[in-house]
Amino acid sequence: MLSELQRTELPADPMLPRPYRIQRVRRELPGTFTWELAPANGDLPSSFEPGQFNMVYVGGIGEIPVSISGDPANPEKMIHTIRAVGQLTRAMETFGRHTVVGLRGPFGTPWPVDEIRGRDVVLVSGGLGLAPLRPAFYHLLQEREAYNRIILLYGARDPDEILYRDEIKQWRRHLDLDVEVTVDSALGRWRGHVGVVPELIKRVDFDPERTTGLICGPEVMMKYSAIALINRGVAAENLYVSMERNMKCAVGFCGHCQLGPHFVCKDGPVFRYDHIKSAFSVREL
Amino acid sequence: MSHNRMRMARGDLGALIAALSDRGYRILGPTVGDGAIIYDELESDTDLPVGWGEDQSPGAYRLVRRQDQAVFGFTLGPHTWKKFLYPAEERLFQVTLEGMSFQPEAPAGVKQAFFGVRACERQALSILDRVFLENEHVDSGYAARRRDTFIVAVNCTTSSPACFCASMGTGPEHRGDFDLCLTELLTPKRHDFLVEAGSAVGEAIMKEVPHCEADEADVAQAEKQIEATAKEMSRSMDGDNAAQLLSRNLEHPRWHEVADRCLSCANCTMVCPTCFCSTVEDTTDLTGDHAERWRRWDSCFNQDFSYAAGGHARSSTMSRYRQWLTHKLSGWHEQFGTSGCVGCGRCITWCPVGIDLTEEVAAIRAADGAVAATSKAEDCHA
Ligand SMILES: Cc1cc2nc3c(=O)[nH]c(=O)nc-3n(C[C@H](O)[C@H](O)[C@H](O)COP(=O)(O)OP(=O)(O)OC[C@H]3O[C@@H](n4cnc5c(N)ncnc54)[C@H](O)[C@@H]3O)c2cc1C
Ligand code: SF4
Ligand code: SF4
Ligand code: FES
Repeated sequence: MLSELQRTELPADPMLPRPYRIQRVRRELPGTFTWELAPANGDLPSSFEPGQFNMVYVGGIGEIPVSISGDPANPEKMIHTIRAVGQLTRAMETFGRHTVVGLRGPFGTPWPVDEIRGRDVVLVSGGLGLAPLRPAFYHLLQEREAYNRIILLYGARDPDEILYRDEIKQWRRHLDLDVEVTVDSALGRWRGHVGVVPELIKRVDFDPERTTGLICGPEVMMKYSAIALINRGVAAENLYVSMERNMKCAVGFCGHCQLGPHFVCKDGPVFRYDHIKSAFSVREL
Repeated sequence: MSHNRMRMARGDLGALIAALSDRGYRILGPTVGDGAIIYDELESDTDLPVGWGEDQSPGAYRLVRRQDQAVFGFTLGPHTWKKFLYPAEERLFQVTLEGMSFQPEAPAGVKQAFFGVRACERQALSILDRVFLENEHVDSGYAARRRDTFIVAVNCTTSSPACFCASMGTGPEHRGDFDLCLTELLTPKRHDFLVEAGSAVGEAIMKEVPHCEADEADVAQAEKQIEATAKEMSRSMDGDNAAQLLSRNLEHPRWHEVADRCLSCANCTMVCPTCFCSTVEDTTDLTGDHAERWRRWDSCFNQDFSYAAGGHARSSTMSRYRQWLTHKLSGWHEQFGTSGCVGCGRCITWCPVGIDLTEEVAAIRAADGAVAATSKAEDCHA
């Protein structure tokens, strides 16, 4: 009855991880670390698009979704920045160089970096939300002339929690980039902005008519950043957010990631804001 | 109804089972067990629930003896065919942790025959095919089991008070997509089956089973019985309009009202022929070098289902019931181009408190656009 299937070989099992070896570990912040991974068998890693994620498997314990935070033009370095928050991520924090983990992916929808050429791009991120946006930012830098204004707004809890601090410093030196950092609270030597990220949106210069916003961070931060951009005159259909939900498969089989009619794993994680707006207005959707 | 109909005597049903068995099919079908009609392996036609029927109502199910010797004189029990394609627990892979060497499960191509698939259940299988086969990714285990599954369909000649397939357009009559289709022709004077072949394999198998060509009277009797079954169904749901209705009523007070009754027990999702959610579990052996990953059925009614970032996205029963019903009747259309409900009524019968989705939809429709007081208060803050 299933003649299609009878004739063809079964496709590769999307639930089966491949072994990847940790090549380098970088301690970013207390509890936050970055892995550089490569396939343990010497193969090339799969290429990826900015905003996509992998499922990272730790033998016998579990598997979690983690965004790819490296440079899409350099896919041979598979980069993940991870914050230790619970059982699995705390175990991962103890792993050193040469540890082998399992990886499946990449999965999910990308930031629309190609569709938005020629426009002003405002990247808004909070906390670890900078990690999934970094591949998009790398791409914009490489193709700098293809875009108009590029603005990166980043909010951290306090000055000690600023992720990718050295890189941010470098980016701030570029004359053709506007990179602004704010912290929720600061004591002593901090000279920068204090306040929440949406506040920064009011201060920077862009042309709302031709602006696309890429937003990634905790849900409340994304909601108020989207509202702030809309209040500045950016159309909701030019805003993109990256959503997080529990995921057990990443391929549309397990149902865990559902958000309204969407599967966050395959219809997202990156969504056009106006397609996912009810997630921000309806409680417990 | 098409031509090429055959008539097979009730006494030759065993020959049909034997013919399938001779071709290497494992035969799975309805049988009496655990005080209900369940789906299990059949050895002969004597394993079928001959002479059994059932009493069903919201929250209640009871086997009853029929006055006659009908073979398919019952409707649906708590089991569904999905367990034979998508088992309740299944190992996904094993791994040797030293060096992380993964051993995939080689999905064994099982030859199995589903004996007695109702029209609503056939539609449920098509829906599962969309989830696991016709998606961007193909589920290897499901595909391996599905491709050698032979379907013996049965047109319903009786319905239960839980059934509402007629209003959903999914039954009681099959419309193709089977290998063989049976309609039981039972009167005090005769006991036969009208048989239709829907595939070359089905035709070939019938060559090994005694039968003759059906006559017009046979076909007319089958049609009459199926029509009467459709007519006697009192329950109904407007499935097509439910999609928009629910998606525009996410803040309806009825969700809170049904949540007061719902126990969040997950029974409805376990008996539903289309619910496909699962979770995974990782285990290690005592040596610590061998790990396995298992997949098990899960339910959106389980609290941990939506756990992320230190909290549960859906912690209230209200949000979980709403998730189940809006997914089934609304989200499914966007995801798979079909309703996720086939009108089988199992979730009504097997709900311990008798919650009836058709009633819930009707209640929301009766006050379309109403907004719960709690949601209004929430809006003011946003
Ligand atoms: C698309 C996507 C991209 C992500 N990218 C990153 C990233 O780049 N870096 C990073 O540090 N984290 C990222 N996360 C979050 C990360 O998956 C969780 O922090 C992680 O699952 C926590 O696992 P745990 O076992 O340590 O925590 P526990 O609190 O012990 O959680 C137990 C289980 O709940 C689930 N869970 C808990 N929190 C989350 C969550 N936030 N999202 C999804 N499932 C969760 C997981 O199945 C987890 O194993 C991402 C999540 C998603 C959905
Ligand atoms: S939702 Fe209820 S009636 Fe509809 S298919 Fe599932 S179990 Fe049957
Ligand atoms: S609707 Fe009924 S069967 Fe479903 S979870 Fe609630 S109480 Fe259980
Ligand atoms: S993570 Fe399993 S369906 Fe999306």
